[in-house]
Amino acid sequence: MGAIFTYAELGPQGPMPSALELLTKARALSGEVAAVALGPGASAAAPVLGTYGAGTVYASDDPIFTEVVGQAAAHTLAALAATHRPSLILFPASQEGRDVAGRLQALTGSTLMSNATDVLAPDRAVTQIFGDTQIVEVALEGPEPRLVLMRSKAVAAEPSGGEATVVPVEPVVPEGALARRVERHEEPASGPKLEEARVVVSGGRGMQDPANLQLLERLARAIGDAAVGATRAIVDAGWLPYHYQVGQTGKTVKPEVYLAFGISGATQHVVGMKGSKRIVAVNKDPDAPIFSLADLGVVGDALALLPKLIEEVERRKAAG
Amino acid sequence: MDVVVLVKYVPDPTGTPKLGEDFLVVREGEGGTLDPGDEYAVEAGLQAVEAHGGEVTLVSMGPEVAMSAIRKGLSMGAHRGVLITDPALRGADVLATARVLAAAVARGPYDLVFTGSESTDGYTGTLPMAVAGLLGIPALTFARKIQVEGGTVRIERQTDLGYDVIEAPAPALVSVTASAAEPRYATLKGIMAAKSKPVEQLSLADLGLGPADVAPTQRVVGITPAPTKDRGEIVTDGEAAVARIVDLLVEAKVI
Repeated sequence: MGAIFTYAELGPQGPMPSALELLTKARALSGEVAAVALGPGASAAAPVLGTYGAGTVYASDDPIFTEVVGQAAAHTLAALAATHRPSLILFPASQEGRDVAGRLQALTGSTLMSNATDVLAPDRAVTQIFGDTQIVEVALEGPEPRLVLMRSKAVAAEPSGGEATVVPVEPVVPEGALARRVERHEEPASGPKLEEARVVVSGGRGMQDPANLQLLERLARAIGDAAVGATRAIVDAGWLPYHYQVGQTGKTVKPEVYLAFGISGATQHVVGMKGSKRIVAVNKDPDAPIFSLADLGVVGDALALLPKLIEEVERRKAAG
Repeated sequence: MDVVVLVKYVPDPTGTPKLGEDFLVVREGEGGTLDPGDEYAVEAGLQAVEAHGGEVTLVSMGPEVAMSAIRKGLSMGAHRGVLITDPALRGADVLATARVLAAAVARGPYDLVFTGSESTDGYTGTLPMAVAGLLGIPALTFARKIQVEGGTVRIERQTDLGYDVIEAPAPALVSVTASAAEPRYATLKGIMAAKSKPVEQLSLADLGLGPADVAPTQRVVGITPAPTKDRGEIVTDGEAAVARIVDLLVEAKVI
């Protein structure tokens, strides 16, 4: 059996949490685990990748990997795979993970499975379908390496205390036209980060108007360690920027308490929040699917309830 | 400008799809539609030809019933369709689908290929990149805004921190998100006109592909229902609800 490679996505502060989750899973499956880290910060990330289980880190700090979208990383990975013949490569199911894995699949002709919730063996993975009501086990066949994209937070990252050997990698950039990242813009976020807050206060279409979202902000402030989240529907409608989005194509959160206001509970959203410790849902429709997940369901108008709830939270906090 | 839009016929997104004994989604005889995510791609394609001239060709792979998805796109204003139907494609995985669609796109001239970001039934979200890879063209993925100028395509892509601007020369593939363009409604005139627009039906052999090119590389070995949570407490009285929510926040030690 060949090694397992993991694609270590890099952020401005080092490896993304997904990089550590994938390594934790990989070392449960194989004694031979390598991480591939491409782009500025790759070498600096090697020690922490080693701590989470990478015996080898194939690293390149070349900025070409942030400048070129998908293509450079896919071709470099294809070259690495041809040399080292891993049986499986794990990717995060993020935009970058999809860009690289999808492109790599065209080069290797390998099978690819997306949104995996678990990997049982280098040729066996698990996903959940139909609003996570069904668990599906899939045998991966065809040429190696098999490509599996794992859902964010499907595995809890745990360090193993290892140390990685760093192997420098030469970038492979395909001939022909490239998709290039020419500008980067940051939209400042305030308050605790959505993924780290102990409470998430989210709104959906049932909030009715963007002006009503200030009620969610006020409740989050009253609670304290709380962040505001949103469904894809209201992000697509332009009510809030993308970084507020919770769900399949947004963030995955697992707070102590998740408060859902005017959210029906579409699969797209549920996938990003169902791991929350406690779920409270407020919705006018008694048949809304969100109630099947809720520990506490309130059938009623979120807009009428929110001002009273804010007042009561403030009163209880003041009373200590 | 020659524009191709890749579209998919999916089971009715408001219902729960059915699985057959072979673990494949039952597509015949069930309600189905043009994937709502693909409507944004059709809209983006139509806007591109409205601004720069040219025509929109819809390309889809699926059973006979997938024709209804193509007709819907035609009724929005696309000019012609191509449907690849073949018994060997039943249960095709993402690699097989990418090979078929790339081969169909490569048959004609194209400047831009538009797709959705992920299908509403499968959510794989890597097909656009694989098709672009097979065609050897750049992919501008997850676009929330699209601009075509001269021979250059420029998109804005949402990121965790804000947005990136990504650029590539045509021919290129663009995958769009729901923020890119609000799909137009088909007018009655459009629906009538769609009936007489040409749709070519092709088999695998017509694309120069054989069963080995589309052999499945994944096999479902088991499906089990996910454990369900017991239904929680339901409150309907507003005053009681406020008190219960605050109690729960206190229990969770978050206030």
